[in-house]
Amino acid sequence: MTAVGAIAFVLFHYVGDPVEMMVGVEDSAEMRVELRERLGLNDPAPVQFIRFIGDVATGNLGVSYRTRQPVAELIFSRLPATLELVFCATIFALGTGIPLGVAAALYRGRWTGYLADLTTLVGISMPTFMTGTLLIFLFAVTFPILPSFGRGEVVKIGWWTTGFLTVSGLKSLILPSVTLGLFQLTMIMRLMRGEMLETLRSDFIKFQHARGLSTRRIHFRHALRNSLMPVITVSGMQFGALLAFSIVTESVFQWPGVGLLFVQSVNNVDVPVMAAYLMIVAAFFVTINLVVDLLYYYIDPRLKSGLQGRRA
Amino acid sequence: MMTETPILSVRDLSVSFAQFDRTISAVHTASFDVARGEVLGIVGESGAGKSLTSMAIVGLIPPPGYIEATSITLEGRPIHNLGPKEIRSVRGRDIGVIFQDPLTSLDPLFTIGDQLIETICTHLPLTVPEARSRAIDLLIEVGIPAPEQRLQSYPHELSGGMRQRVVIALALCAEPKLVIADEPTTALDVSIQAQIIALLLRLCRERGMSIILVTHDMGVIAEAADRVAVMYAGRIVEVGKTRQVVKNARHPYTRGLMGAIPKIGQPRTKLAQISGSMPRPGTEFEGCAFAERCAVAEAKCRSLRPQLLTVDDSYVACHVAASGVGA
Repeated sequence: MTAVGAIAFVLFHYVGDPVEMMVGVEDSAEMRVELRERLGLNDPAPVQFIRFIGDVATGNLGVSYRTRQPVAELIFSRLPATLELVFCATIFALGTGIPLGVAAALYRGRWTGYLADLTTLVGISMPTFMTGTLLIFLFAVTFPILPSFGRGEVVKIGWWTTGFLTVSGLKSLILPSVTLGLFQLTMIMRLMRGEMLETLRSDFIKFQHARGLSTRRIHFRHALRNSLMPVITVSGMQFGALLAFSIVTESVFQWPGVGLLFVQSVNNVDVPVMAAYLMIVAAFFVTINLVVDLLYYYIDPRLKSGLQGRRA
Repeated sequence: MMTETPILSVRDLSVSFAQFDRTISAVHTASFDVARGEVLGIVGESGAGKSLTSMAIVGLIPPPGYIEATSITLEGRPIHNLGPKEIRSVRGRDIGVIFQDPLTSLDPLFTIGDQLIETICTHLPLTVPEARSRAIDLLIEVGIPAPEQRLQSYPHELSGGMRQRVVIALALCAEPKLVIADEPTTALDVSIQAQIIALLLRLCRERGMSIILVTHDMGVIAEAADRVAVMYAGRIVEVGKTRQVVKNARHPYTRGLMGAIPKIGQPRTKLAQISGSMPRPGTEFEGCAFAERCAVAEAKCRSLRPQLLTVDDSYVACHVAASGVGA
């Protein structure tokens, strides 16, 4: 986390001079100097960095240069939108990717299998902004059934705002989620297919056939469970990637999440917001990897006994 | 051969693999019988087609491989032309199968108990508690101590020998009449090998079960099998009573195999070996596949394929043995 902080800090030191963006054309040179002093931008870089890390550690993410709001407040007001989007995209990607991958593995060599292969190839090579635009064109312009931007109506629950409880909120979620999840879907599907084929070749599957277990049982109970491990790892890591990719999707759909906030901050050289965004994304990455590791432990009994020490 | 109906009777079994441009034939017209309570050894070097032969009986040849046979009958009932559903009910219920590597034969994510109960419930109309108590009985029968705790174990918590015992218990779930053991001891160390063979023989005796024991280890055959079929390059070249074959092999290849077994107590001489290597599957011959490596090959051996003929009490596919004995 500290490392991410450092990188973020160094990076944003070079993106431009925030003062230039904040002051008006008519403001005098004295005002600039004074502003620079007030923001602490005249201190040497290491001093600035230590102050930044210290602030972050105590939960103070600073104040936005642009809106003068505390960054934490700004980000947390936007976070629910992004998290709901990423959540829906993940559900979409897993929910369709895993069954499709399994189908592709089981129907390999038949035309359904080839069709699935071809589809993933298209999905994997299509850039997100293009998918998004295409989807908008299809479902919002040609057939105006879904909204093309925004979150629709949201309901406030404490500090969290949710689009799950209103029809327009749910409808607004569909297109961005599909756009964001499509790439993940194809990844998951390809991985699932590969793992499944690998598992189906293994000895214990052969032995289960030899014991006369039903094919459906072998495929969906044994092979599926054994193939799921790597898929879970990757989807876990991809959850973080989704968070990052959401920048593009949020821009395309004008989704009021942290990704859009980040893009706006970059345009305005709003360094505290950018830095805080990176820190938060990093925090999510770390947390999700932890959760994935814990999931492993639940799924694979071999890890449990590894923890207790091997029995003879 | 036998007067009573054999448990298993195989006639002209061939296994082939379709390639893009040609068909590679891995097993040619193998025929043999297994009598009730008998242990039939199938021996041969790697790639001779012995595993394929045994797997073909239960229809476990992965595509693009396919099976052709005049007939395969299990207690008189043809099983070579059954659909996928019917052959599945033969597998596990009538014919149990044991694989070579116990380390990879069990699903790593399920307990021993789960796998046993699942298999029992597939074949027998039992409730889960009944299946559980049967699983415990089976584990006791294959010599696993503390079976009740073992049901809770995952495969990785057991040693190789223990796992092979579990694999045997799984093969026995539905009281099969015939067990096909494909290299059951190859992956185990020597002392465990002897235990597993002894276990198989005991089960065979106690249950009146027949066993097809596939191995490349002539020592295991000599110890365990009643009769032995020797395979070379996809064909059965000699079938006979084990004692007969071990002491008085007719086929030059079998003699070569016997010569390659080290004997304890004899002065250390260089082990006899058969020079050269077996032709790869797919190579076609006019004559005997072994002729190139055979010390006693005649001109006829290279041009005419020998048929399996009775020589004394055995069946041998060799021109030299057929004529040599008579002359």
